[in-house]
Parts: sequence; structure tokens; C-alpha cells
Amino acid sequence: MLRLRAIQLFIAGVLGMAILAGSSSARADEALVAVAANFAEAIEQLAPKFEAATGHRIVATTGSTGKLYAQIKEGAPFHILLSADARTPAKLAEEGAGDGDSQFTYAVGKLALWSGNKEMIGSDGAETLKAGSFQHLAIANPELAPYGVAARQTLQALGLWDSLQSRIVMGENIGQTHSMVATGNAELGFVALSAVQSPTKPSEGSFWIVPQDLFKPIRQDAILTNAGKDNAAARAFLDFLKSDEAHAIIDSFGYGF
Amino acid sequence: MTIPDLGPLWLTLHLAALTTIILLIVGTPIAWWLSVTRSRLKAVVEAVTALPLVLPPTVLGFYMLVFFSPNSAIGGLWVEATGTKLTFSFTGLVVCSAIYSLPFTVQPLQSTFETLGRAPMEAAATLRAGPLDAFLTVISPMAARGYLTAVVLTFAHTIGEFGVVLMVGGNIPGETKVISIAIYEHVETIRYAEAHILSAGMLAFSFLVLLFVYVMNRRFPIHVGGST
Repeated sequence: MLRLRAIQLFIAGVLGMAILAGSSSARADEALVAVAANFAEAIEQLAPKFEAATGHRIVATTGSTGKLYAQIKEGAPFHILLSADARTPAKLAEEGAGDGDSQFTYAVGKLALWSGNKEMIGSDGAETLKAGSFQHLAIANPELAPYGVAARQTLQALGLWDSLQSRIVMGENIGQTHSMVATGNAELGFVALSAVQSPTKPSEGSFWIVPQDLFKPIRQDAILTNAGKDNAAARAFLDFLKSDEAHAIIDSFGYGF
Repeated sequence: MTIPDLGPLWLTLHLAALTTIILLIVGTPIAWWLSVTRSRLKAVVEAVTALPLVLPPTVLGFYMLVFFSPNSAIGGLWVEATGTKLTFSFTGLVVCSAIYSLPFTVQPLQSTFETLGRAPMEAAATLRAGPLDAFLTVISPMAARGYLTAVVLTFAHTIGEFGVVLMVGGNIPGETKVISIAIYEHVETIRYAEAHILSAGMLAFSFLVLLFVYVMNRRFPIHVGGST
């Protein structure tokens, strides 16, 4: 008898949770923003400022640019894509999945070679890479993440891409790559400078800002998707990203413009 | 049509076969102990064994990253002993898989041993067979069906592993890029033709495995009560 009561209570609890969860659905003044992983921390700083100023709400989903692109192509309800490159938004516009007129560069990313070990990387990270006293070098998957493309270009420019092949491990996005280095499983890795010198959570260890002439500039563009064309909150957020207030925050993460 | 690289397939089969062999060796004593013990610890060991069924793979993946790290005690010892790291390695995947698939070995074996009861062991003992001898010559053959279920389920479950490998594998071709990871990457990069070929293969394989288990259970229902 007691057991039956317990089971009934459990079922009631599960149903109750299902109903509660169902009631918090999307509102009209809410924008769903797909954010490239490197910008995850910046958006956390930007969203509350934007929400306080406009009363709109931002719901951010982070992932690799390639993955977010595939999801938008398959009809994911994102209103904005904050890409880690300029190519992906342009592709969305060409394919009729985004509003080409809305595309603009919200930040220019910088690449850093980072290690959790303070001694690992000296003033010239290229020397560290050439010396090769490490087992694993983490990069983001170049198939999915623009920061991975930049990492590959850097290694190619240094003539190390082929010789380091067996030591390269790939994260699905720059965030996962960061965690591989942060947990010490990879001795060093190419990550977004924004994550290493984050004003909120600066990383420990040693890092080297990869010179801009070793890789093509990481121009990070934003675009409205078809789903977002009539969303007031989405348009307002794109405008906000161009404001001085937003630029100050983005700048504090080490991005350029 | 683009034929996808089949390297991940062989790697996955290799991983599943190795994991199954290791789990048979490790899982048999655990299952046997669970089937005969009257210890209060039984419930605790059963719960621990069943944990991988319940936990999100991300929990396992996260703890593997933390504990396998060369900066941690376990990961550090491993690096000292072998010179290599557990993360981003095939060996690491074997360890992860053995933990992840443990219940699929232990549970069918345990229920088989329980169905057999103590009588066969006692009978063997009266014929002066030592416990190990009795287990190998009397119990093992009688539990063959349970072993078959355990082998098939462990093998198949290891093939289906994804979340943990995604987190600790590092996507290295020939080392940690297993079939589920390859499919994921094909989908994410919108190479659906390759994803279709690998996925359809997985679907057919999984169906055949389960069909095999259920047909065997129906034909020889004797010793496999509720083992799946």
C-alpha cells in the first residue's frame, strides 16, 4: 500500500514538472541567438546590459559555427547567428536562409596559443611549437570552427602542420578545445584570446598571442536569420552590438573591430 | 555517392571486441559474488555497477577528463608508468568503455547465476571439485546463454558509445575517431551522404544484434530470465 502511494507521488511529480516546464514558452520580445563558442563569455556580459536597456530578452545557445550553421539550415528557430567567421553568414544569405543586408562585423577575433603550465610558452610561442616538448596540441576542428581554421593556417605558415599531425587533438568547438587545455589533458592548444584574457575569468598559465600575419583575420560577422527578420528583439540586439557600450565590453575581451 | 572512410568502423569493432573480453574477465567475479553473497554491501555494489545506465555520459566524460589528466593523481601515475596519457588515446577509450558497459556484462551474468542457484556448485563440491574447477567445468557451460547475452549486449553497447568519447577522445583518426563520432562530424559538416551510409549500417547492425538476442532467448529460454 505504502509502495503504491510512493509510485503515485512519483508519477504526479513527474507530470507536475512536465506541466511547469511547458508553461515557460517563448515570448514575442525574446531573441534566440546562436553564438559561436569563442563569444560565449562576452555574450554573458552583453545580454544583461541589453536587457536592462531595452526590456527585451536574449536566449543564447553556443556551439561551433559549423554546427550552428547546420542547425539553422535545418530550421532551428534561431533569430541571429553570431558567427566566428564572415563566410558562414554570407553563405546563409546566399542560400536564402538569412538577411544579407543585416550582416556586419561585430568583432575581429584573435588567436592565442595557451598552456595551463606557466613555464610552457615563452615570449615566442612559435619556438615552443618547434621545440615540440609536448604530447598533445589541442585545436578546434577546422571543419567546424573558424578558430580551428586559423590554427591550421598558423601551423601551416610555421611549416609544422604535417610534422605535428600525430599530436593534434581536436575539440568540436573552441570551448571544448579550451577545456582540453584547462584540464591539463593537452599541454597546450590554440584557443580564442577572448577566453584566455577574459576580464571575468582570466586563465592561468602562459600564452602567446599569435601574430596576425600567420592566419587570415578572424572577421566575426552577425546576421539575422529568416526566423529573425520580424523579431524586434533580434533587430534591437544587432543595433546594440554596434553601440559604444557593447564595443567597450567586446574590447575588454581582447577582440578588435 | 561518396563512400565514407571506413577506418572508424574497424577502430570501433576493435574497441568493442577488446572491451568485451576485458569485461568478461572483470565482470564474471563481480556477477558471481553478487549472485551468492548475503553481504549488506550487495545493494551498494549493485547500485555502483548500474550507475553507467543512469548517469548522463557527460558526467562520465567530465570525470574522465578530470581524473585522467596528467595533473591528477590517477592520470599522473599512468603517465609515470607508461609514458603516455589516458585521454586522447585508444587505451583511454578502452578504460572508458569498460566502465560505461559494465552493467551490460554484470547484470545478465548475475541473473543467470542466480537462476542456476547453489545446487550445481554444491553437487560439484561433493565430487571434490575445487571452487574454481567447479565454476569453470560446471557453472560456465550451464551459464552459456547468459554469457552469450552479456557478450552481445556489451559489444553492441560499446559500439553505440558517443558522449564520453566525444569529450575525452579528441577526434584522432585511427586512435579515437570511432564510428559514432565520424557520423556526428559528417552531420555537422552537412555531408549527409556519408552520414547516411554509416548510420544505415549502424541501424542494420543494431537491429540484427537485438534480433539475435531475442531469438536465442525464445529458443533457449531456460537460463536467461529477465537478463536484458
